[in-house]
Amino acid sequence: MGLRLTADVDSAIRAHGVETYPNECCGALIGRDGVATETLALPNMTEEGPRRRFKVRPQDYRAAEGRAAQVGAELLGFYHSHPDHPAKPSQTDLDYAWPFFSYVIVSVREGVSGDMTSWRLRGDRSAFDPESLDS
Amino acid sequence: MPNTIHIPTPLRPFTEKKESVEVTGATVGELLADLTKQYEGLRKHLYADDGRLRNFVNVYLNDEDIRYLQKEKTPVKPGDSLSIVPSVAGGAPTAAPPRTDLSAEEIKRYSRHLIMPEVGVDGQKKLKAGSVLCIGAGGLGSPAAMYLAAAGVGRIGIVDFDVVDFSNLQRQLLHGTSSVGRSKLESAKDRLHDLNPHIEIDTYETTVSSDNALDLFKPYDVILDGTDNFPTRYLVNDACVLAGKPNAYGSIFRFEGQASVFATKEGPCYRCLYPEPPPPGLVPSCAEGGVLGVLPGIIGVIQATEAIKLILGIGDPLIGRFLIYDALKMRFRELKLRKDADCPVCGTHPTVTKLIDYEQFCGIRPEPAAAQATGAAVNEWETTSVDLKKRIDAGDDVFILDVREPNEYQICRIPGSVLIPLGELPRRYAELPKDKDIVAHCKMGGRSAKAQEFLQSVGFKRVKNLKGGILDWIDKVDPSQPKY
Repeated sequence: MGLRLTADVDSAIRAHGVETYPNECCGALIGRDGVATETLALPNMTEEGPRRRFKVRPQDYRAAEGRAAQVGAELLGFYHSHPDHPAKPSQTDLDYAWPFFSYVIVSVREGVSGDMTSWRLRGDRSAFDPESLDS
Repeated sequence: MPNTIHIPTPLRPFTEKKESVEVTGATVGELLADLTKQYEGLRKHLYADDGRLRNFVNVYLNDEDIRYLQKEKTPVKPGDSLSIVPSVAGGAPTAAPPRTDLSAEEIKRYSRHLIMPEVGVDGQKKLKAGSVLCIGAGGLGSPAAMYLAAAGVGRIGIVDFDVVDFSNLQRQLLHGTSSVGRSKLESAKDRLHDLNPHIEIDTYETTVSSDNALDLFKPYDVILDGTDNFPTRYLVNDACVLAGKPNAYGSIFRFEGQASVFATKEGPCYRCLYPEPPPPGLVPSCAEGGVLGVLPGIIGVIQATEAIKLILGIGDPLIGRFLIYDALKMRFRELKLRKDADCPVCGTHPTVTKLIDYEQFCGIRPEPAAAQATGAAVNEWETTSVDLKKRIDAGDDVFILDVREPNEYQICRIPGSVLIPLGELPRRYAELPKDKDIVAHCKMGGRSAKAQEFLQSVGFKRVKNLKGGILDWIDKVDPSQPKY
């Protein structure tokens, strides 16, 4: 398993992370057969402080699924940024993770995007496993 | 007639790729039970180990969130449809690496927390992942740090540069008699680790300054201000605002204490309350004015309570409220504070956007470095203990004026001195000789500097202030007398 991002998707994720820095950004990844061809930037609705948390509202989730259906594609997962932290999933990411989704994390340090990684929840929910990410 | 459940994308691999599944039951709970019966693989993603729906699983009956209906007990009618809608959330690590597990030993230790629903295992883990920086390991820092350590706050930083003195022991319970002469940091670290070996103690042997404050504050969730002087108080406040860290504030004097939580995003800061410091010397310190030993116990523990509440995210913190405690009357009062839109630090158009020189801001001029090094008098209206002793030994007729209070005079005195407390000087100065050199002294030199100024203003030309007060006299001339 692995995820491939088109060049547009890659730069859209980075630009979104830079735009919201020092807060976290979040958005949906839409595409099919392991290739994300479109992003849907979503508002970060966390109540716990957007510097270290992100949250997608249920209605935004539904909008993302709706958009995927509209273009005849699938919702492949979500991306978010880690401002001034490595592109590695946190305990919170794991606590809230859904199976089969790709979780793309981009590290943004001092306003500049850096490492980007993608992760999938292990079947028993015990951990994230890295997946290959090409762009 | 069966009902349908809409399945979100990430769960479809468990339902043979079906977007909706037909289920039967009389309540939302029964429909979900039927679903997991048909597709067992869904169970661990929908339900936590304790059998409750996971908090990131939203269930909508038609278009309403069941949390606002009767949750899983919500009855369903034929034709109603259910949707499972994922909450997608996460975030950067709060501490690296996360230390969220509690050992069996810790579970035993924190059991009185764990059985309270407001704390519980999740809250105790928050405390373990939480951190507080205590500015000062003195009167306020002692009880605060001890209770924070006992409560299991995972990381406690302490900034101090002092050594333990006998005069600390009346209220600074971090330190014992056997620690007199040791660094306060070492003494504090030993005591806190004895209280709780499961936590980390960071020690910083320095004063907080405009150069280091922001770096010092960075790794901590809450700053606990236990300082005893205005320059540091303003510095800590401003640095908290700039760094976005809440300030669990406390201060004490004689029988009265104050506490509040400053510098939260929505609340006021110390400068909203006091935009300008008082003139230097107007407000005496605890060393000059004294403090009831148990008072910092109350105030420091209030600060620790607020820090713990902030970390747990429970209760009503002292934001926008200023608590005043009077130990003699045994009464608490509360003042309402508002965030000042014109506040120079946290207002809408701040003028202070980086840390400034707080000694200067508070009107305190630093002593010239050379004088500090040699201990010599720095100006013509000052003299030193050693010079005074020489003049006494040489038989000079020097009038030694003690402007302290009678109870201080009882503890120690310079032989031959005359006691006129500073407050009585304006009506008693006629008792002083105009034809003699007068040396005024107090405990450390603050009050006698005021006496010297006053006497000059009423025509005494030959008055000098004893630099460092009687404490310096005892250090340099007469160590047989007790210091206080």
